[in-house]
Amino acid sequence: MNAYVGTPTSRVDGRAKVTGAAKYAGEFAADRLLHGFVVAATIPRGRIARLDTSEALRVEGVVDVLTHAHRPPLADKDEAWKDEVAPEKGSPFRPLYDDRINFNGQPIALVVAEDWETAKFAATRVRVEYDQEAFATDLESERGKAARVDQPHKPRGDAAAALTRAAVQHEADYVMPSEHHNPMELYATTAVWDGNGKLTVYDKTQGVQNVQKFLCSVFGRKRDDIRVVSPYVGGAFGSGLRPQYQVVLATLAAVALKRSVRVVLTRRQMYGLGYRPMTIEHVALGASPDGTLDAVTHEAIAVTSRFEDFSRNDTGWADQLYKSPNSRFSHKLVELDVSTPCDMRAPGAATGVCALECAMDELAVALKLDPIELRLKCYSERDQSEDLPYTSKQLRQCYARGAEAFGWDRRTPAPRSMHDGKDLVGWGMATGVWEALQMPVAVRIVLTANGHAEVSCAASDIGTGTYTIVAQVAADALGLPIENISVRLADSTLPQAPVEGGSWMAASSAHAVLGAAEDIRQELARLAKALPGSQLADLDATKVTLVDGMIASNDPNGAAVSIADVMRHSKLERIEKEKLNQFAEDKSHARNTHSAVFAEVKVDEQLGVIRVTRVVSAVAAGRILNTKTGRSQIMGGVVWGIGMALHEETMMDHRFGRIMNADIAEYHVPVNADIHDIDVIFVDEPDDRINRLGVKGLGEIGIVGVPAAIANAVYHATGKRVRRFPITLDKLLD
Amino acid sequence: MNNFQYSRARDVADAIRLLAADPAAKLIAGGTNLIDLMKENVERPSRLIDISRLPLRDIEETADGGLRIGALVPNSDLAYHPLVEQRYPLLASAILAGASAQLRNMASVGGNLMQRTRCPYFYDTATPCNKRSPGTGCSAIDGLNRNHAILGTSNSCIATNPSDMSVALAALGALVHIAGSSGQRTVALTDFHRLPDDKPHLDTNLGDGEIITAIELPPRGFARNYSYLKIRDRLSYAFALVSVAAALELEGNAISEARLALGGVAHKPWRSLEAEAALRGQAATPDHFGRAADLLLQGATAHSHNGFKIELARRAVVRTLMQAASATPQSQAHKKIA
Ligand SMILES: Cc1cc2nc3c(=O)[nH]c(=O)nc-3n(C[C@H](O)[C@H](O)[C@H](O)COP(=O)(O)OP(=O)(O)OC[C@H]3O[C@@H](n4cnc5c(N)ncnc54)[C@H](O)[C@@H]3O)c2cc1C
Ligand code: SF4
Repeated sequence: MNAYVGTPTSRVDGRAKVTGAAKYAGEFAADRLLHGFVVAATIPRGRIARLDTSEALRVEGVVDVLTHAHRPPLADKDEAWKDEVAPEKGSPFRPLYDDRINFNGQPIALVVAEDWETAKFAATRVRVEYDQEAFATDLESERGKAARVDQPHKPRGDAAAALTRAAVQHEADYVMPSEHHNPMELYATTAVWDGNGKLTVYDKTQGVQNVQKFLCSVFGRKRDDIRVVSPYVGGAFGSGLRPQYQVVLATLAAVALKRSVRVVLTRRQMYGLGYRPMTIEHVALGASPDGTLDAVTHEAIAVTSRFEDFSRNDTGWADQLYKSPNSRFSHKLVELDVSTPCDMRAPGAATGVCALECAMDELAVALKLDPIELRLKCYSERDQSEDLPYTSKQLRQCYARGAEAFGWDRRTPAPRSMHDGKDLVGWGMATGVWEALQMPVAVRIVLTANGHAEVSCAASDIGTGTYTIVAQVAADALGLPIENISVRLADSTLPQAPVEGGSWMAASSAHAVLGAAEDIRQELARLAKALPGSQLADLDATKVTLVDGMIASNDPNGAAVSIADVMRHSKLERIEKEKLNQFAEDKSHARNTHSAVFAEVKVDEQLGVIRVTRVVSAVAAGRILNTKTGRSQIMGGVVWGIGMALHEETMMDHRFGRIMNADIAEYHVPVNADIHDIDVIFVDEPDDRINRLGVKGLGEIGIVGVPAAIANAVYHATGKRVRRFPITLDKLLD
Repeated sequence: MNNFQYSRARDVADAIRLLAADPAAKLIAGGTNLIDLMKENVERPSRLIDISRLPLRDIEETADGGLRIGALVPNSDLAYHPLVEQRYPLLASAILAGASAQLRNMASVGGNLMQRTRCPYFYDTATPCNKRSPGTGCSAIDGLNRNHAILGTSNSCIATNPSDMSVALAALGALVHIAGSSGQRTVALTDFHRLPDDKPHLDTNLGDGEIITAIELPPRGFARNYSYLKIRDRLSYAFALVSVAAALELEGNAISEARLALGGVAHKPWRSLEAEAALRGQAATPDHFGRAADLLLQGATAHSHNGFKIELARRAVVRTLMQAASATPQSQAHKKIA
């Protein structure tokens, strides 16, 4: 029964959010709560020569100032600091661990006071002197030091030779700047001291169990000593996958002072966390005059810190999209004196596919082919890196439906050939691709005789709508109205879930709910059959459905009895089932989501001002569990893609190794005036192989392809190819 | 943020007295600029003198047909005042091009004139900046200076004044009324802000212990042929890369009076009487506008990242004058450049 799945069900947590009832990490109260304020380093590399906290300590209301030289013990092995999603190689950052400064903005002290203002004031009274060391923060000047990392994509054929012989070639560098997540909610932790060494930690995170295990290992605590809770997250976009340093500092202070402590970072301090690393993407394409690809090479050079190797798959995406007998991919890292980058929405793909899709557009121009036609000519029915078919791939439909909705057939191919008054009009398109991942998740369902069910799981809802889809799937599986379902998430004591990221949570949590609901159903069937004089005595327990509060035989003429009656007669107030759902391993198929993105820009020819007046995003992502939250998710991705194309850039002054636009007045993301029509189309994509519901996930796919579609539209409008993002108006002025 | 004392001024004289008593004190009106700078430890006043409740909130017609606007009139109230909308729509438009609705509700006229530069080094106490810490050097000259000045710069500072309102006020020939312990005085808005020279820590010619009480608009409002065009990195809620206030009086297609001011290009709103004189008596054509733009931009110099501003300013001047001449001013509500 699908009363809810696949419908535009409104968010079940919407009311709590708009009324302010939803509490975020920095909003939890505690008795005698203390407030910590971070003092951050102002140099990128060196040692703390002297750290004088005496004046700060004299400020009335200050309780303590924690530093590397004055703090409770912290684990001393790298392994202890490696969380679930830490890079394999490297030594994770340890706040207040020793006197080394590894990046600008690194925390060097935590001032703890009775109130926030006092802590903030006293922080200005902490005196620090450094032994500075030579440093480097500029990827472009350090490009020569790039070192290759293991890359999953094997070379095929001889790409270099194929390139040289190709009749038509295109080769260029595309430069993507570093970007910061800037979630609306500031990073915050309230560590509540429960007495006897136990702590409840309210943290802004995408994974409570990840943080819980991390804290236990860093502080040498037992599993039951620390509970991590994060019911609502005001945006994270990947920045909350790893435990951030404020959770360590709040816990450290609580342990040191045996009191509850809250630490909230400032916006500027959040620029000392992770970010999307700057990349220089070198793409070379070789084709025959008819538009068949002969060679693809893609090399990315990305920033990482000196202490951890963060790398994502920027380069392999061509293998998923375009047939080519020869290909070579490589990912290189340049270590700089900066903090470690981290995942940001569609990590690797948002940047790598942008470069690839701009290059494909340039190739189409060189071949005098329509950009869609080129993509259809190269369309790959198999993932070439592993030579596998897809569980489903309705990308052709995305091109067709998107083009139709956009009116692509009215496009005149020549650059500068379309006008609207003083504006040049440009139409561009690009392909998007992301992975359809799924992870083991456990869910507990407690069904009570009054017809209510509580569904609980440690997964986070980072604003994407997990509460809602869990409620939808549970309501359908249990045959209950959605109002009778309550969902509890993001408490480390709840059944197991990984961090919420990678677009895997919708499929993973939905199937975990199905698994637990299945057990509930079987239990009810067993009870129903066993009732004296049961109408369902002959029932096949595997052939029943829960619907409208009844347990019913699947046989259309079969009997049905009320669940409440079954439970009452069995003298049961509640049935509780917890189950871990594991997806059967299936390496026979590739799993991906796809999209085709179409963008219209209008460019004021003299002034260079760019407006993105229309975007159509046609997405193939299996079954859409909730068309309303799904559409929002894609729209958010499109808006962010507009930002990537036109606005976003973390600007560093490499003489100081400091980020100079560390606030949201100067770090530009799109505002309402920058956003016009966004049309989201979900293409039908039945997929009975990927999982039972045919669900793939939507978190990342919405952004992929958008920046390239806009860049290609800007080229079509102006005849100028801007390969250094963002495309600000100065790059269009002659 | 530093600790500070707080006093609420009873009247203007009290505010002046409090200022005189404590040279490190600062007036606070809407607080939208000052509080931000205090949070960043850029401003560290010993005392805040709250003037927000002083009776400086009136907008009155003057005897000669102009308008006198109290220093505490909120930016929003000023932009939406019927007399301003009817007679000085250039001013209304410039105000609405700035900040956000919430900020404009809080921001005062006096505070807007006194708002400080948005140079990122000025905001970051970990970097040298002559304006914030005289004598430490200017980080912008060889640094990130894409949004810095092209006119009137010095070797000490290349910062811009970020105010939109001031650009319109400069074009309209507004006066600033000032009160201090030695009495009252009036200066032209174009003489109110300074060029950096070798004293970039001084943004304006307001003396120690002085307070802005009002601004005054002369009768001429250019309500028919005007436009305020702001070019920025996103279509709203960003400071100007370049902005232009243009006002014309036309007889047929001939220009009888012209006003032109640039924002985002200098330490003060940039006006050139020569450029305006060159327009008088000429036909309203792109060629003449281009010549005026060249005169206005005479002496413009580029730094490493802001060279584009010279050509952008030139084109923006021509466009804005065209908008003004054709009585199709730039809308601040529509997502499009006219
Ligand atoms: C995110 C953001 C975006 C913005 N965008 C824009 C923009 O696009 N365009 C734009 O023009 N502005 C913009 N602003 C700036 C805004 O216009 C100013 O902050 C505002 O006008 C200041 O007014 P206030 O009353 O709040 O001043 P306050 O912050 O109270 O004071 C500012 C200064 O003025 C002094 N002062 C105040 N009143 C008087 C007086 N009567 N006499 C003497 N000195 C006085 C104070 O001592 C202080 O030094 C933006 C601000 C922010 C925060
Ligand atoms: S331009 Fe002026 S404000 Fe900016 S760093 Fe230089 S001196 Fe400071």
